[in-house]
Amino acid sequence: MTEPKDGLFDRLMRIDRRVIFVFISVALIVPLFFNVSQRIQVSPEVQMLNDAMNKIPDGSLVLYSMDYDPPSAPELQPMAVAAFKVALAKKFKMVIIGLWPQGPQQANMAFETATHYEKFSGTKLTYGVDYVNLGFQSGNEAVIQKMGSDIPTTFPRDYAGTPVEQLPLMKGIKNLGNFDFMVNISAGYPGTREWVQFGADRFGLKMVSGSTAVQTTEMSPYVGKQLLGLMGGMRGAAEFEQLSGYPGRALKFMVGQSVAHVIVILFILIGNIAYFATRKKKGA
Amino acid sequence: MRREIPTFIAFFVGIVCIIQFFIPHRPFGTLVDVFSDWFGIVAAFAIWLGALNLIRVSLERSLSKKKTHDRWYGLVVVASFLLIFIVGLFLSGGNQFQVPGSRFDYLYVNIYTPLSSTMFALLAFFVASASYRAFRARSWEATLLLIAAFLVMLGRAPVGDQITGFMPEGYRMSEVANWIMTYPQVAGQRAIMIGIALGVASASLRLILGLERSYLGGE
Repeated sequence: MTEPKDGLFDRLMRIDRRVIFVFISVALIVPLFFNVSQRIQVSPEVQMLNDAMNKIPDGSLVLYSMDYDPPSAPELQPMAVAAFKVALAKKFKMVIIGLWPQGPQQANMAFETATHYEKFSGTKLTYGVDYVNLGFQSGNEAVIQKMGSDIPTTFPRDYAGTPVEQLPLMKGIKNLGNFDFMVNISAGYPGTREWVQFGADRFGLKMVSGSTAVQTTEMSPYVGKQLLGLMGGMRGAAEFEQLSGYPGRALKFMVGQSVAHVIVILFILIGNIAYFATRKKKGA
Repeated sequence: MRREIPTFIAFFVGIVCIIQFFIPHRPFGTLVDVFSDWFGIVAAFAIWLGALNLIRVSLERSLSKKKTHDRWYGLVVVASFLLIFIVGLFLSGGNQFQVPGSRFDYLYVNIYTPLSSTMFALLAFFVASASYRAFRARSWEATLLLIAAFLVMLGRAPVGDQITGFMPEGYRMSEVANWIMTYPQVAGQRAIMIGIALGVASASLRLILGLERSYLGGE
């Protein structure tokens, strides 16, 4: 007895994944060759973040905690760059730390990108006076808890090994209460949730956060009270770049994300149409 | 005593940390600062433990008598580890190994960062393929999930607003996606977080009181 031939819908149920890979590749790569920009609708959380950062007076002391590594950098680095550009425009005094080992170096890369932006290329910044990078400290939320009472003991040296007593910016900084604001860029644990639990809730730290798209759903409940704003994924980064007036890579990559999302949806629709068609055939 | 001493340490540290939350002054505040320092030291050693275990496992796999086709990747892991370790410790100016321009920073920016980002970016392809195979409207709940996923995916990309630009304000795709993320999603998340928090509080209390001793290991 011969097997019935596979119909169109049977074959659509079993599309080789390499076909999907090719479509996604084209969707992501082709837009990179075109200088297309799209105006995007800003979400309330990013609007809140932008408003909160604009309200901070110029010259304020701001803590930047970079809690991510290179795998999350495509999503989070544009956020960090945009946050540093706003800091440069408002002349914040910046203290940079990392709860992830790679965080301080990611911060250096983002800071360098921001300082090379044409608007800030003439800005003269002095390390130790305008900004410091205290590096990484192990201990996860215990570090935040300790910073609540004593920062110089928690970070006795900066990332280059200089004792903090020798850094003019660190004079007078005793604990988290000395900071006017905090920006946290986070890819997981430890990150935003720990800063909310130990920094914002316990020590009243005013903070905003940028997190990966996957993590945004977990951070959304904190927006409004513990978090004064939230950037979620590359879309959040693009919205912040648009709002702050410093367009960057996130806005550029939105076109690719648009096309990729449409392709994923189309494949899901094809799969479901084929599923219902074959189910009907089997039922008949 | 092998079980009693660690149980007492867990009890003492846990109780001091709880009391310190309400009475942050001496001696509880000072004690918690000391415990936090000790925790940081133990965490730093844990990083080393993980690295050394990785080297051991990689070497065992590469040098074992069983000839698998991918056993030499273990040597790549060990060689990469030694390269970063030696360059960072001895060839990058000591404490200043993270300073931009150092040899360690060169390896980090030009090798580690692009490789890590690429590995993670590959997930995009597998997510697309998995979505095609797994997202089937087999039941009402699955259909609801599918519809929500469509709306959020379209809403999170600018193309969603372009498709629904003719709709009145408040009904465009990004606004619909924002509504889903702000109301039903947050409601569900809050419920899950409260449940998790209650579970964590209960489990922590059991650990502090010595009712849960699985962390001591079994015999």
